[in-house]
Amino acid sequence: MSGTFVGMPSFPRAAKEAVHNKTLRDNLRHATHTIRDKRAKAVAELADWAELREAGKQIKDHTLRHLDRYLVQLETRVTEAGGTVHWAADADEANRIVADLVKATGESEVVKVKSMATQEIGLNEALEAEGIAAYETDLAELIVQLGDDRPSHILVPAIHRNRGEIRDIFREKMASWGRAAPHGLSDTPADLAEAARLHLREKFLRAKVGISGANFMVAETGTLVVFESEGNGRMCLTLPETLISVVGIEKVVPTWRDLEVFLQTLPRSSTAERMNPYTSTWTGTTDGDGPRTFHLVLLDNGRTDTLADEVGRQALRCIRCSACLNVCPVYERAGGHAYGSVYPGPIGAILSPQLRGTQSEIDASLPYASSLCGACYEVCPVAIDIPEVLVHLRERVADQGGKGHRLEKAAMKAAGWVLDHPGVLGTGERVASRTRKLHPSKLPGAGAWTRSRELPEMPAEPFRDWWKKNRKPKTDGKKP
Amino acid sequence: MRVALFVTCVNDAVYPSTGIATVRLLERLGVEVDFPEAQTCCGQPQFNTGYRAQTEPLVRRTAAVFEGYEYVVTPSGSCAAMVRQHYPKIGDASAASLASRTYELTEFLVDVLQVTDVGAYFPHTVTYHPSCHGLRMLGLGDRPRRLLEAVDGLELRELPGADECCGFGGTFALKNSDVSTAMGQDKVNNAVSTGADVLCGADNSCLMHIGGVLRREEAPLRALHLADILASTREEPLV
Repeated sequence: MSGTFVGMPSFPRAAKEAVHNKTLRDNLRHATHTIRDKRAKAVAELADWAELREAGKQIKDHTLRHLDRYLVQLETRVTEAGGTVHWAADADEANRIVADLVKATGESEVVKVKSMATQEIGLNEALEAEGIAAYETDLAELIVQLGDDRPSHILVPAIHRNRGEIRDIFREKMASWGRAAPHGLSDTPADLAEAARLHLREKFLRAKVGISGANFMVAETGTLVVFESEGNGRMCLTLPETLISVVGIEKVVPTWRDLEVFLQTLPRSSTAERMNPYTSTWTGTTDGDGPRTFHLVLLDNGRTDTLADEVGRQALRCIRCSACLNVCPVYERAGGHAYGSVYPGPIGAILSPQLRGTQSEIDASLPYASSLCGACYEVCPVAIDIPEVLVHLRERVADQGGKGHRLEKAAMKAAGWVLDHPGVLGTGERVASRTRKLHPSKLPGAGAWTRSRELPEMPAEPFRDWWKKNRKPKTDGKKP
Repeated sequence: MRVALFVTCVNDAVYPSTGIATVRLLERLGVEVDFPEAQTCCGQPQFNTGYRAQTEPLVRRTAAVFEGYEYVVTPSGSCAAMVRQHYPKIGDASAASLASRTYELTEFLVDVLQVTDVGAYFPHTVTYHPSCHGLRMLGLGDRPRRLLEAVDGLELRELPGADECCGFGGTFALKNSDVSTAMGQDKVNNAVSTGADVLCGADNSCLMHIGGVLRREEAPLRALHLADILASTREEPLV
């Protein structure tokens, strides 16, 4: 069963290992650069990308502003269509609702559509504790699950694995989960995909219960929508007798018309496709077609707290495309596991500390896991200003004090005093310049810099002294 | 025309040559330069690290120091971006006013003075790193390139992965030293692959990081600020 992220070390410590793992660095570099270039091409095809981006942002912001109204409308429509709606305040409540629903069917196994919401709440582990086996059917999620691993990317959870590693996992693990890998399985993509297809088909045809998330929920009709590439999701959404969908409350959009925007921006941002191969929609239940029973579990789990924060709430616009991960230079070097959450990369760095709070070591370190280069904001199809939220969350972490921040705050205050007194600043600079020959090459306490970089050589005199000697008499610093 | 030089704290204390080069360059182009001595730091390190309370007095100070100047010019993309993007949100009307009057050096040269050939002479091969804040927050576009291409004797070489961050990021360089260094090493490897003698940028804080990696790895090129190159002439060449 895939591991959880409980008790993760802080980001810098987790990243340190990843940075020095050459295989991981190579896998990540190759994968992120490939998809990054493809995305740029797919986006450049649309002349109205900027307008689509703005429209997506506006639709999401409008919905979030009136979330209560649209959620009630959604509940009414889903119920009218024959579905049952459940409200879950947190992960525990959601997991209990789902486990009870599965137990009521008398089944002890379920097939799953790839879903970030169920990963977020640790549903597989919760079901396992109740004696229910949850089988992931997305190819990458299958690799992660069989490898007893954790996902490291939103779209490509097994991005950190290469073909050889995947072949080994299939050979060693498939048999204990169901149909074994074919003898002499090679590491060619076609052979790996065929092995997964055979393994999964057996599960699709046997399962009586399917569990999914959703990319969108349309309030006006009570319809849920999943975008996918493989078609495995559609199998899970149509073959079982019971379908349980666990969806974050921010996934609602008012109307079908709104989907028009995201049908264009999500695939291009995410898989660099003009259109995703499968778009499945389901509305309650229909006689003779699809599952006989449908349950929708609406998940809060920190979302209303996030909504209450005026700067941070824009994170709830996220449509989970993962474009920000693929352009992030920090993600590319640190890998997804270092973020200690199912939401890695820039969006994870602002979403996880908001959904979970900033008290744990990992969550307090995530807002600093960025050089604020802004590449994530530039590619975001719903214009989330991730750097702005990162700085905002840094304020929250700095305010709460805690490890390291008391000392840092004192240093910032002292620096602030010096910087508010130009005379003192000039004297300090002069002292630094005059004693420059005495500076040790490795300053105590500056190890974080000098371990890997030289310090700049101090100049003979600061600029302000040069100015005084060479220019001051001309202008005398008088204002115009 | 008279402008106020916002030299920035890093240039003042560590890279005075860039401040001096900016003064000489502007004066050569007929601009009268003033240096209000009460200036210190724009507050970017404090703001980006999450210390807003420590940022606010520096915003007030900077806004007051440059009150009344029609043009404030700075040879730093990231400090210009701090003033332009964040001052209106942090300070009062005078901070917002400063934001509208602050120009990064290449913007001032190309947009206000409307020159791209500044009469510089620099007979070297150069590759240009467009720092993130200049590239994305200010949208400097091809201004720095146009200035460099017009320099007599200079051969510009394309930097692979130019728009990727060098890994400095202010306190990020210390708080996430390993990732920061990995990013810096990739930037340096890309720069070395161009075969250029000089890695040029318009932000000395990024160049402090890249230059630090360059020297540690004994790479065969040096980091130089754009202003230092543009100030170099046949009569007074930069060596």
